[in-house]
Amino acid sequence: MIEIRNLRKIYKQGDVDVFALRGVDLDVAEGEFLSIVGPSGSGKSTLFNILGGLTPPTDGTVQIGGRDIMQLTDAQRTDLRKQAVGFVFQKYNLLPTLTVNDNIEIARHIAGTHDKPRESWFADALKLLGLESKLGRKPRQLSGGEQQRVAIARAIVNRPSILLADEPTGNLDTENSDLVLGLLRDLNEKIGQTILMITHNPEAAAYGHRIVRMRDGRVVA
Amino acid sequence: MIPRLVFENLKHRPIRTALSAVAIGLQVTMVLTLVGVSRGMLDESARRQKGTNADIVIRAGGSAILGFGVEFTAKLEPAFRQYPGVADTTGILVQSLGMLDGITGIDYDSFNRMSGGFKFIEGGPFTNPDEILVDDIYARSKGVKAGDYVKNILGADRKIAGVVESGKLSRMFMQRARLQELTGKSEKYTAVYVKVADPSKTEEIAKGMSDKFPNNSIFSMEELASLMSVNNIPMLRTFIRVVIGLGVFIGFLVVFLSMYTAVLERTREIGILKALGASPSYILSILLTETVLLSLIGSVLGVIFTFGTRWIMHVFVPEMVQITTPDWWPIAGGIAVVGSLVGAVYPGLKAAKQDAIEALAYD
Ligand SMILES: Nc1ncnc2c1ncn2[C@@H]1O[C@H](COP(=O)(O)OP(=O)(O)OP(=O)(O)O)[C@@H](O)[C@H]1O
Ligand SMILES: [Mg+2]
Repeated sequence: MIEIRNLRKIYKQGDVDVFALRGVDLDVAEGEFLSIVGPSGSGKSTLFNILGGLTPPTDGTVQIGGRDIMQLTDAQRTDLRKQAVGFVFQKYNLLPTLTVNDNIEIARHIAGTHDKPRESWFADALKLLGLESKLGRKPRQLSGGEQQRVAIARAIVNRPSILLADEPTGNLDTENSDLVLGLLRDLNEKIGQTILMITHNPEAAAYGHRIVRMRDGRVVA
Repeated sequence: MIPRLVFENLKHRPIRTALSAVAIGLQVTMVLTLVGVSRGMLDESARRQKGTNADIVIRAGGSAILGFGVEFTAKLEPAFRQYPGVADTTGILVQSLGMLDGITGIDYDSFNRMSGGFKFIEGGPFTNPDEILVDDIYARSKGVKAGDYVKNILGADRKIAGVVESGKLSRMFMQRARLQELTGKSEKYTAVYVKVADPSKTEEIAKGMSDKFPNNSIFSMEELASLMSVNNIPMLRTFIRVVIGLGVFIGFLVVFLSMYTAVLERTREIGILKALGASPSYILSILLTETVLLSLIGSVLGVIFTFGTRWIMHVFVPEMVQITTPDWWPIAGGIAVVGSLVGAVYPGLKAAKQDAIEALAYD
């Protein structure tokens, strides 16, 4: 599903080069739930941003479902974000002026699937996420855990090949963390969603099938 | 979906939305009021010209449409009167008294004969050469009545002999001979009004007189009235263009500021949209839709405000006539939209080009 070889990313900070990734090799199978851990600044988010097409890599190869990200134009990277990946961030990142339902709909609109009715599995996913009764609310009328669940619903509505969750429980208390992590595992088991999750919390990492450690821009184990 | 997002964004910042729309509305009102007053005043002038009941108007050669102030010799009047088909003539002299005011010197008998006679609301005809007549609109706007004195008209306070119904050429009249004497323009006319025996021959007679008196500008009344339009008054046309330019610029400034702050405020949301796969053109279309909606709301407000300015004119400045100009509503609205869109370009491009990762890191 995902094949990463010798991936490098150098950020140019004025005259200084910041080596964020120094040759990452990683394979992720379809349907896998992978946890990524590692100290701050080790390049975890950078890896996600490249996988999600938010920033181009400097060197190396990344294949997602057989497509090489290196070769993509800006427009194709935009398409990649629309279709192949879904993002969930630490801060909930909902559009504050839109209702829960419209926050989900706008992802469909951007992906161009807005005209078609939602697929039936998504209704089950909403039920799983406990959002059915909250669709008409605005984000500020929701708890942090609920907002994060909306972000997850929005990230998967277009059925992406991979769900990238960057510290999805970083702002949540234990109770809500457990809930969200349990939901990610359910989505993985019930609809076969491939998930990559960054976390600093060993208990959260344990929800994954496999834990990958990063340090200084490399995968160490 | 975009209209929904735009609508919610506008609702989210009601004060910003209201102030921007009002500012755009004032700009629209400015254009509409100017056009409405210009047309209203011109229509009113045309109406008062027609109020003389003349069929043909003769002026000095090269006079501007609204240009009084050029005189020609009164000695021509007998020649005009003897022209075949002419039934009657009356010569007038107009003396400007400032921006909008003017006093018209008439030969009371021939003027009344042609126009069908003044209708007196108060008082009556001149009883001595130093008296004046005013129309009801003048009387109302200046708060005067028959018997009162109007201060400093051509060097003296002059008694109002009578207040007449408006619609006959001028708002203030004096005996022609006295006005000629006071202004040192004896034997001078500003215009001669001509009545023809057979109105169906008016154009023909006007044409013939033009050939015979090439040093004068000679129009049929219909033609003169049709020339009294904004397009034929170069100064007015320029003035309206300047105001339109100003309008576009105000729309530009208002929307530039409003959208610029909106983009800064929404940095994070723009990052979210980009992470969801929104292209730069998607982001741009959101902001442009918002701009168009804002300027349309502003335009509607502007049209409504224009009824307000009309009411204010009517109550406080009755001698200024403002008419409603629905044909200009889409033009003024279009001006607002164009100015606004130009103003939205820079903020819009800034938003479209924003780096998604930096935007998401923004608090
Ligand atoms: N846009 C950027 N410009 C310049 N340097 C950057 C940028 N983004 C990240 N970096 C640098 O790249 C390195 C890796 O950053 P990254 O955000 O990937 O770390 P991380 O593992 O996600 O850390 P954390 O656990 O704190 O989120 C860091 O040294 C960081 O300062
Ligand atoms: Mg990070």
